[in-house]
Amino acid sequence: MKGLDAILEEHPFFAGFAPPHMQLIAGCARNRRFDEGEYLFHEGDPADEFFLIRHGRVALDITPPGRDPIVFETLGPGEIVGASWLVPPYRWMFDARALEVVRAIGIDAACLRGKCDADHDLGYQMMMRFLPILVKRLHATRLQILDVYGRH
Amino acid sequence: MAATDPAVAADPFLPALYRVARTRRELADTVTLELLPLEGVRPDFAPGQFNMLYAFGVGEAAISISGDAAEGAAFVHTVRNVGAVSGALARMRPGATLGLRGPFGTGWPVAAAEGADVVIVAGGLGLAPLRPAIRHILNHRRRYGRVVLLFGSRNPGEMLFRRELERWRQRLDVEIGVTVDHADPSWRGNVGVVPSLIRHASFDPHEAVAFVCGPEVMMRFTATALLAAGMGGERIWLSMERNMKCAIGLCGHCQFGPTFICKDGPVMRHDVIGGLLSVREI
Ligand SMILES: Cc1cc2nc3c(=O)[nH]c(=O)nc-3n(C[C@H](O)[C@H](O)[C@H](O)COP(=O)(O)OP(=O)(O)OC[C@H]3O[C@@H](n4cnc5c(N)ncnc54)[C@H](O)[C@@H]3O)c2cc1C
Ligand code: FES
Repeated sequence: MKGLDAILEEHPFFAGFAPPHMQLIAGCARNRRFDEGEYLFHEGDPADEFFLIRHGRVALDITPPGRDPIVFETLGPGEIVGASWLVPPYRWMFDARALEVVRAIGIDAACLRGKCDADHDLGYQMMMRFLPILVKRLHATRLQILDVYGRH
Repeated sequence: MAATDPAVAADPFLPALYRVARTRRELADTVTLELLPLEGVRPDFAPGQFNMLYAFGVGEAAISISGDAAEGAAFVHTVRNVGAVSGALARMRPGATLGLRGPFGTGWPVAAAEGADVVIVAGGLGLAPLRPAIRHILNHRRRYGRVVLLFGSRNPGEMLFRRELERWRQRLDVEIGVTVDHADPSWRGNVGVVPSLIRHASFDPHEAVAFVCGPEVMMRFTATALLAAGMGGERIWLSMERNMKCAIGLCGHCQFGPTFICKDGPVMRHDVIGGLLSVREI
């Protein structure tokens, strides 16, 4: 079986990461597995762990008051689930559900936040990787809000 | 790729009479019509071209051809009821007659794309004008490299040509990605916007050609994602829509910057028109 370091290095999110930084991350990481239908986290839970998907797909659901849940995004291998661990109050704003068996790397958010505070180079590298993902998702969300396939 | 019917060439303003031979409800507001000429045979057409359909007493609208160019004697059109003309067309029953001018406009470059990978990106009703190109490519599958079809809709219940998509998905020689903007939890497919499927698709951006059709904002985001994947603007083709009247480059109704969509388009290259896409009113 592959070690956690090797698994982390292979994940596209960490492409080009310096080995000392990889070791710091590995210290906060663990292997996770979720069965079909199992929740990675629920809305309102503390955002204390986020996930890098290795295999399988995850649906992000939100339940508007008085209405049925809506899936607003699905994520697959190579993608990251969760950004709420980055900003206070560190709580999830939606549910994340495994659509099939999901293998992921779980990263302890408090551990990583502590290491980023202590080593700003690491913090900068993490932000440089997270920001483009957040910006892409913002653009995608705008396109969804426009409801381009509806009647105008 | 001009019309081949001599009658059309003689008087492009004179509609020929067609009869609705069959109708098929695709979605709550969308219908496919099969139209047969009352006289003679339907003209040949190239995938991507459109006809002007005239609902008598109501008016005329540009509607893309959604059927297979090599199959059947009818013109096949898929119409979404959004207003007066499209509503009148969508309500037509078998046996009804209507006027038809065309075919007009440029087509998808299916011949020029031979030897290349083809990435087809459709959004909503945009799958209809692409269907003749998809059929052509699948009928001549060996002439093309990898073929990728990415399709986005509003939700799983509003997915056009769903059964045909399922048939295409069963083929081993086409990569199909389907996504919806939102869904209920029983949907097991992708949720997200169609441009987000591009980076997961397998094609060589330097050897691929993209055909894109859908609402203009969706095409803008898709073109941006294709460019980001390394594809040149000269390899990206978009099908544009503007209100039309004459459909032969005379009245100026469909002007888009220095071009007329009816004769320079509707299928146009991104490096030629990309700069106009972000301009508010053209
Ligand atoms: C080259 C070309 C190909 C086309 N192909 C097709 C086709 O295959 N099938 C098809 O159904 N239509 C197609 N159209 C659109 C069609 O020509 C009409 O614009 C459309 O049907 C609306 O006409 P209308 O007279 O029914 O509605 P209008 O009275 O013109 O409009 C009624 C309302 O609908 C809105 N609207 C107009 N067009 C659309 C649209 N496309 N989607 C959502 N809302 C709209 C308007 O903003 C308005 O609020 C094509 C247009 C072009 C230029
Ligand atoms: S519709 Fe008249 S110029 Fe294009």
